[in-house]
Amino acid sequence: MINLPENELDFGIAGSEPTMLGQPNFWRRALKSLMHDGVALASVAFIVLLVIVAVFAPWISPYNPVQQFANGLSPVGAPVGPGSHFLLGTDSAARDVLSRLIYGARVSLLVGVVATSLASAIGVVVGAIAGYAGGIVESVLMRLTDMVLSFPILLFCVALIAVTGPSTRNVVLVIAFAYWTYLARVVRGQVLSLKEREFVTAARTLGVGHIKIIRKHILPHLMPTIIVYATLGIATSILLEASLSFLGIGVPLPQASWGEMISEGQQYFQSAPWLLIAPGVALILTVLAFNLAGDWLTDLLDPATREGR
Amino acid sequence: MSGWVIRRFLQMILVVFGVVTLAFVFAFLVPANPARMVAGPQASPAAVASIAHQLGLDRSTWSQYWSFLGRLVHGNLGISFVLQGRTVASEILRALPYTAFLAVGGVIWEVIIGIPAGVIAAYKPRSFFDRFATLGALFGLSAPPFWLGLMLIYFLSYRWSIFPLNGVGSPLIWYMILPSFTLGVGGAAFYSRMVRTTILQVLRSPFIEFARLKGMPERTILFRHVVRHALIPVVTMLGMDLGYFLGGVLIIESIFGIPGVGQLAFASISTLDVPMITGTVMVAAIFMVVMSFIVDVAYTFIDPRVRLNRGQ
Repeated sequence: MINLPENELDFGIAGSEPTMLGQPNFWRRALKSLMHDGVALASVAFIVLLVIVAVFAPWISPYNPVQQFANGLSPVGAPVGPGSHFLLGTDSAARDVLSRLIYGARVSLLVGVVATSLASAIGVVVGAIAGYAGGIVESVLMRLTDMVLSFPILLFCVALIAVTGPSTRNVVLVIAFAYWTYLARVVRGQVLSLKEREFVTAARTLGVGHIKIIRKHILPHLMPTIIVYATLGIATSILLEASLSFLGIGVPLPQASWGEMISEGQQYFQSAPWLLIAPGVALILTVLAFNLAGDWLTDLLDPATREGR
Repeated sequence: MSGWVIRRFLQMILVVFGVVTLAFVFAFLVPANPARMVAGPQASPAAVASIAHQLGLDRSTWSQYWSFLGRLVHGNLGISFVLQGRTVASEILRALPYTAFLAVGGVIWEVIIGIPAGVIAAYKPRSFFDRFATLGALFGLSAPPFWLGLMLIYFLSYRWSIFPLNGVGSPLIWYMILPSFTLGVGGAAFYSRMVRTTILQVLRSPFIEFARLKGMPERTILFRHVVRHALIPVVTMLGMDLGYFLGGVLIIESIFGIPGVGQLAFASISTLDVPMITGTVMVAAIFMVVMSFIVDVAYTFIDPRVRLNRGQ
């Protein structure tokens, strides 16, 4: 997955090895550390399982998630509790909770991964340019970052959704547009110190262009930070998507989303607590898994970040 | 030193100005015709045009921006389109006490759970308490607040009728316990981890060794040196949390039925009440910017090392 270009202008200058990411035995070391860390193994396994469930949802899910069943409501019109027919019960619209949960994993992962990728791309570009260029470019970009950062992130997303209208695509764009600032700040800080290193000076002396220096000589060093932030960013994006859907302005109905399931369940939770517990537990486990995987990657890739937050 | 504070202050003013401008641009992007909204759905085109003139909407963008800034300087945030005849500023001021109460409560929960948990866990690493605190922190960091809030309402308010179901009443503190707890859980989890890590680092440093060698009692070392040291980063981050919370915590206010700034913002977004959206979003951002300025300045007073660095 991560194949870094050789640094052809490296000259073997001390301290220019990006990280262990580029080393040939990286995967073996990663696997070894995973085997020694039960918590990390469990969280990575859970993420793999979640991806499989999301990708193969149509084959795994027992029913169609939007189908309303004639036997999905009790005689008095209340949701049916967990049982042999509906494993996790039904919701107030007589739909199967388990099937909606499985399809909800699709939405969460899709929004989480796409929004985070976009946010990371923006963050890296802004941060790298600001750090590398310095001067007025840096001031303008970083003050812009400060401005976006000063809006509370959820309120900012809600306000943007009000402008763009709720749809899955807009949810992804809005989260990406609100979240890039965190990575931009970190990347800028790292580029500030990286650009003073000898291998950058060496490349400059040889007449390598700025864009190529950023791409080939600086970016590889940023990969550990980007990977760690992206993993933690997926957890944040999933929570943001759930919050937006909970407020009724996220993924449009009747598509299943965990946040929307919790929001709908809250009206019936006194009589049908499973409507709240099932999507809530799914959300907690997913966010937890990405957070723990992020911690593990931090330790694995970049010992320096361990001292920070 | 004072030169640094002045530079930082000017930078804050610049960001506030940027935030205000962003909010103004934002108001233009909202897909609603303000004059039509004020005039009502049955109004004739002539009436709409006359209201557009009254609101100054027929003037150039620059002239509108200029008068927008002029009104802001006088604390005038405009008049709500939806709530007839109410000014945005008065509505925000009415909602603010609830949000402030909630925000302060949230920070208090963060402190009274997060710091002791972190200190105890650091003093007894790998103990039962440490493992329990780790597990609790992981849960606190990963549980969506809206889900946690609903669970608390279900068990503590509905099932066991300990707390009021929702809304606000008298005494207010009674209605704020659950919402502020929900608000504080994430931060408490985060701080307990942070305090634990910092204390473990401090405990290994030479000046603690020195204090022990000169025979200082463990309790004095703990309070006079270790905790004080570990609290420096926490205090500044608590300030940021307060700024963030004051901007309105819309989900927690919405599930607990608290008529605060967050609810006001969310309601105005649902009804496309443009001046109210601009006002609430702007106020939230300004709280953050100002708090981060205060925190930065306070940092230099709390931590002498920072003061020395910035003084140069």
